[in-house]
Amino acid sequence: MAENTNKLIGQNYTTPDIVAKVTGKAKYAEDYRVDGMLWTKLMLSPMPHARVKNIDVSAALAMPGVKAIITADDLPEAQGGGTLGEGVQASNQGEKILTKEPAYEGEPILAVAAVDELTAAEAIEKIVVEYEPLPFVVDPIEGLRPGSPNARLQGNTWFARQAAPPPAGAAAGGAAAGAAGTAPGAAAPPPGAAVAGAATPQQGAAAGASNAPQGGTRGAGPAAAGSAPAAGAAAGARAGGPPAGAPPRPEIQELKWEQADFDEAAKTGHMPTGKPAPGSEWTFGNPEEGFKQADLILEETFVSQSTGHQPLETRSAMAYWQNGKLFLYGSTQSTVQTIGSVARWVGIKPTELVLVSEYTGGGFGSKIPGAISMAIPALLSKKAQAPVMMRISREEEHYIGRARSGIHSRVKVGFRKDGKITAIDLYAVGDNGPYEAQGDYRSVGNTVSLCYQPAHMRFRGITVLTNTPPRTSQRAPGGMQGNGLMEPVMAKAARKLGIDEVEIHKINAPHGKAPFGPAVARGRQAYVTSCFIPEALDKGRELFNWDEKKARSGKRVGTKVRGCGVAVSAYSGGSTGFDGLFVIKPDGRVQFQSGIGNHGTHSVIDVHRVAAEMIGADWSLCDVVWGDTSKNLPWTSISAGSQTTHAMTRAAHAAATDAIAKLQEIAAKMKGGNPAAYKVGGGKVSGPGGSITLAQAAQKAIELGGKYDGHELPTDINGLTKASAAKLAGMGLMGVAKDNYPRDGQTQSYAVGFAEVEVDVETGKYSIVDFTLIADVGIVVNPRSLQGQAFGGAMLGIGHAISQKWVYDQHYGVPLAKRFHYNRPPTILDKPVEMKFAALNIPDPETPVGARGIGEPPVGAGYGAVMNALAAAVGDEVFRRTPVTPDVILMALEHGGQRQHEALTAHI
Amino acid sequence: MEEVNKMEETPNNPSRRNFIKGVIAAGATVSSASYLFRTSAAGQTQTASAPGSVERLISLSVNGQERRVDVMKQETLAQTLRYKLGLTGTKLGCDRAECGACTVLIDDVPHYACSVLTHTVRTKKIVTIEGLASAEGTLHPVQQGVVDEQGFQCAFCMPGFVMSAVGYLKTNPNPTREQLAHGVSGNLCRCQDYDKILTALMKGAENMRGA
Ligand code: FES
Ligand code: FES
Repeated sequence: MAENTNKLIGQNYTTPDIVAKVTGKAKYAEDYRVDGMLWTKLMLSPMPHARVKNIDVSAALAMPGVKAIITADDLPEAQGGGTLGEGVQASNQGEKILTKEPAYEGEPILAVAAVDELTAAEAIEKIVVEYEPLPFVVDPIEGLRPGSPNARLQGNTWFARQAAPPPAGAAAGGAAAGAAGTAPGAAAPPPGAAVAGAATPQQGAAAGASNAPQGGTRGAGPAAAGSAPAAGAAAGARAGGPPAGAPPRPEIQELKWEQADFDEAAKTGHMPTGKPAPGSEWTFGNPEEGFKQADLILEETFVSQSTGHQPLETRSAMAYWQNGKLFLYGSTQSTVQTIGSVARWVGIKPTELVLVSEYTGGGFGSKIPGAISMAIPALLSKKAQAPVMMRISREEEHYIGRARSGIHSRVKVGFRKDGKITAIDLYAVGDNGPYEAQGDYRSVGNTVSLCYQPAHMRFRGITVLTNTPPRTSQRAPGGMQGNGLMEPVMAKAARKLGIDEVEIHKINAPHGKAPFGPAVARGRQAYVTSCFIPEALDKGRELFNWDEKKARSGKRVGTKVRGCGVAVSAYSGGSTGFDGLFVIKPDGRVQFQSGIGNHGTHSVIDVHRVAAEMIGADWSLCDVVWGDTSKNLPWTSISAGSQTTHAMTRAAHAAATDAIAKLQEIAAKMKGGNPAAYKVGGGKVSGPGGSITLAQAAQKAIELGGKYDGHELPTDINGLTKASAAKLAGMGLMGVAKDNYPRDGQTQSYAVGFAEVEVDVETGKYSIVDFTLIADVGIVVNPRSLQGQAFGGAMLGIGHAISQKWVYDQHYGVPLAKRFHYNRPPTILDKPVEMKFAALNIPDPETPVGARGIGEPPVGAGYGAVMNALAAAVGDEVFRRTPVTPDVILMALEHGGQRQHEALTAHI
Repeated sequence: MEEVNKMEETPNNPSRRNFIKGVIAAGATVSSASYLFRTSAAGQTQTASAPGSVERLISLSVNGQERRVDVMKQETLAQTLRYKLGLTGTKLGCDRAECGACTVLIDDVPHYACSVLTHTVRTKKIVTIEGLASAEGTLHPVQQGVVDEQGFQCAFCMPGFVMSAVGYLKTNPNPTREQLAHGVSGNLCRCQDYDKILTALMKGAENMRGA
């Protein structure tokens, strides 16, 4: 890359929110206090699956200080199968935030508002609930056994509704609903409807109009089941049935495998495979033929664990009602995209909600459109007619805070002598939790297809309902698990074939407009916008000093042995179609409206530097407005799924382009000549007739009115943007536009991870001594934050490799590892001693700024690289599941390097 | 802003209430279900000896100010700070000595405020994140280090990390990265860019030495 001549793009800066953060002034949801505020406690189900026969709250209600109690009966229709408007039905099989059929231990049954938390807690003690226990299952493979219990009364998996394919419009809506902004809602009906319609980005959200499968979150990406094929299958196929225009509505049904499937597996020691879920099977090419060409065939079973997202800030929320409006102070990843979901969960119009979320203490996918639990303080507040704070404890967060789908998987991979993969046959079983259909298992297939480019591939899968906490996408959902399944196979094959591990990855790496997934149109696969993994592998090999580390890999010194490994990963990297909005004011300041959530990625501020750069504004004169939906925000992508930087730099580019045209016209009007002859830069607009400042242009824009100051707006922007822009009209020169830029291919981002571990073979304990991550995420917008995201994501993957897990008592169906101390997210002492980072900084050709997202790809790269480093140190047969804890290593080493761990049981 | 009197005393209530108060105040946040359905037997036995929870007006030295505040016997310092003194910079990430988000200095030593009973620190000097910067707003050198390096992401863990680092640096002003990592290893970050956190805190140490 040439030297960066930009003033803002690609330069480090200090975000305007950091002083508030570092002085303790930043307000997170539970930091707000209002007069007369009540406090809440939840009553949680003590059983993994039960029917509530009776609830007696009389003694609790009689207590002084108890102000209101709500149960499932108090929920709005939208949480229970009612009409959501516009002909959309809520699923009656998805999650409701209070229930009479709890489907996991810890599911909220009711909520009490009282003058203080202690009174609320005591009131809960006085409530008598009669439960009828129901059969339960906490292990997805067990849930497929013939005759096994189902996690839900209706069955154990989600079925698409089999019917005629939906009209094109409906399919697009379904597939792209969430992120891509091509959802019907994005097309600019009135603001309210717009938001409601497009709010499908959430997936865990029960009130989700459609129970949208996970793909809905990231229309753009294959890795997220959102690929054309996957989303097509996930959303499109499921979209059959309902009336035209309605989103897909899958249903829970029963699907059990045959006893023979289990018997075959018992003999081979592999994961059993049986009938996949309808629509969860695809083939590209001719796998049988592919395997015939193979010189080496490896078949492996691999288990990745379910893990809570565990943001450090729990999903506490506070609510009150004023003049018919709900004011909700909550913790969300996405500001604008949370309006629609909260409105539905609470049963109000989007225009009746003011959401305040200035600072969010992490989400990692668990708070994409807020949290369904936000409805509790809202509804309690309405009933009690007082403000209500719901403080969620860490233990409650374990239950309602969302989790990643663990994946049981089995793969057969054929390699030629030269390392080229000839065919892949993959089966992925997802641990779905009890509610909304999760797409992790589908994303496994797409990620594997993209990252390892098999010419022939078959994918099969199923997501199995279990009586464990609700799942939702967690940073690289399915992508991490897909890389985790394949990476140890790649390393093992490299060793067997005598090929360097970096080389075998390069031989199979995607490049350029790489294809992936099943055939979508005319026998062709979908393809990505751009990919430079081979370049990333080369760069990493050098930066990590691979060759030197490889030379000592596997050699024992004293009780220590080192090993090094490499892994690639890919994930959806951006959506399109959102709006940018800002105003250049007569005082020379520029005010950017940001609908992005502020959960630590800095994109809430970063993306506006693109527009500031383009209009030549001095950053010290720029202000960003964020965190409050009453502050005139534009239609904005979810702040998740590595979508934001891509989606919102495009929107910023569009709005800046609009402003530049207006600036040129105004300069020409004021100074004469042709608008095109005027250049914008350095705080001025200069041309043949002289120059004017941005401030003067803003003043003139107000005088001219019309489109210049926002009194006339583009017709294609979203209704929400229109409403916001209308309120800002007359303040100055308005830049406002929709991202209509074309895009050829699906936007994916990539990472390559290198790790070196040092294992003590006498204790099994190990540390990661070196780690390098190379990001292929297009142009770098904010280098320091990019590296932060890269390392944070990699650490999330590393946590899965080394320590994090759930533990369930299978007999009683209850969780035993509910707290940090037991489920062990990594600490600062687990961090690799050395960490290096580089970004390729090669622009993506399909987006004007060239930038893609970073959030997710590092996760799979960190996860896979550490696993491969461990395998290089202690052997290929030591583990086939994560986390790889010291006892797993020690037990295997004591048995000739053969793994001794439990092969398939979940949550151990 | 008016503070809710969460710890309102109702002495006529059965002692069961006091037990719950004690447990909650001690940081074992109520999982209501567990009390109702699993540990109620244990609860009943302990109830018998649970002492009353009468609030008492005490003086606390917080951020250089004497603050008069009503506290219960079992009230934690984190609760007093957050819910009675309006100092919400001290965060609760776990309520139970696992995450460090609630870290404050007590006589210059970092402690988990969620696991310290307020009445035990009556004679001590408490410093929270709000008390680090000077009255005129000049940031503490460690805070400045975080700003210099743009450390942390969501920053929910940040106050705790900063307090831990400030406390640790008093004992070792010139640490290696490894030593400082150990010094703040009682703090958990879920955004997990531990590398830059360490860089920022090291910059803070440097700023402190230069100050
Ligand atoms: S809240 Fe005190 S250690 Fe977590
Ligand atoms: S920065 Fe988010 S928890 Fe540490």
